[in-house]
Amino acid sequence: MWVYQKKLQYPIKVTRPNPALAKVIISQFGGPDGEMGAATRYLSQRFSAPNNDMKGILTDIGTEELAHIEMVCTLIHQLTRNLSIDEIKKSGFDTYFVDHTTGLYPIAASGVPFSASTLQSTGDAIADLNEDLAAEQKARLTYDNILRLADDPDVRDVIKFLRAREIVHYQRFGEALRDVLDSLDSKNFYAFNPEFDKCRK
Amino acid sequence: MAENNESKEVLLHRLQVCDFILTELNEYLDTHPDDPEAIRSFEKHRAMREEAAEAYTKRYGPITIMDHSATNGNQWRWVDGPWPWDMDKEGV
Repeated sequence: MWVYQKKLQYPIKVTRPNPALAKVIISQFGGPDGEMGAATRYLSQRFSAPNNDMKGILTDIGTEELAHIEMVCTLIHQLTRNLSIDEIKKSGFDTYFVDHTTGLYPIAASGVPFSASTLQSTGDAIADLNEDLAAEQKARLTYDNILRLADDPDVRDVIKFLRAREIVHYQRFGEALRDVLDSLDSKNFYAFNPEFDKCRK
Repeated sequence: MAENNESKEVLLHRLQVCDFILTELNEYLDTHPDDPEAIRSFEKHRAMREEAAEAYTKRYGPITIMDHSATNGNQWRWVDGPWPWDMDKEGV
């Protein structure tokens, strides 16, 4: 169960519209390593987590990712306010505009709509946590690429905050993985599917 | 702590700072449940958060639906703007 807080996790106030930049940043909404994928991944994986620490960290980081979806959408919304048709045509935003106007639709910068095929929930704690570590790094590098493409300091400030969160979450998932590995049966040297096998006894 | 002349932006920012610290400590404590210093810090900032939330909601409306009764008796103000993604002049 969730309770909505009517505020952003981090303040956002973008005064200069920039539809070309919005078209790039939208990848962190619905792209292969975006925040929608992150929230979906962690909030799905937690049901098969073998210990309470892992249930906790997946729930709490997954919840924070929901707030990041809202932040990325706020950036795009503010970057696409009060546009003229001329600006829309010149910026290349027209290919998004034709289907979605300035509404928010989860999509990659390449135009591919959000897909759960970009993520996994395997029922195996070790596979899932390794996926989560990779996911945080992939999101971090996407934010690095956005920083290479964005000049507006109001946008860069927000992207830097989101990038820093990926680094912290990578740390937390690393600790959760060590915790799971430490709790394996000493005979389970190769760490295969521990929670499923435990249930079948 | 909160003075009457503090702006909406200042009060909201204080609440966001407190909530950020609590989120960071929450995730840290999930994988370090036996760190008494972090638990003390969580308690300290939880109290600060409560104060910051009260100062904000009293003047600028509810942050969660549970704040509603504190702000208004007979009028439903939850849907009032601006919403978080609005620029200041929108949604009013």
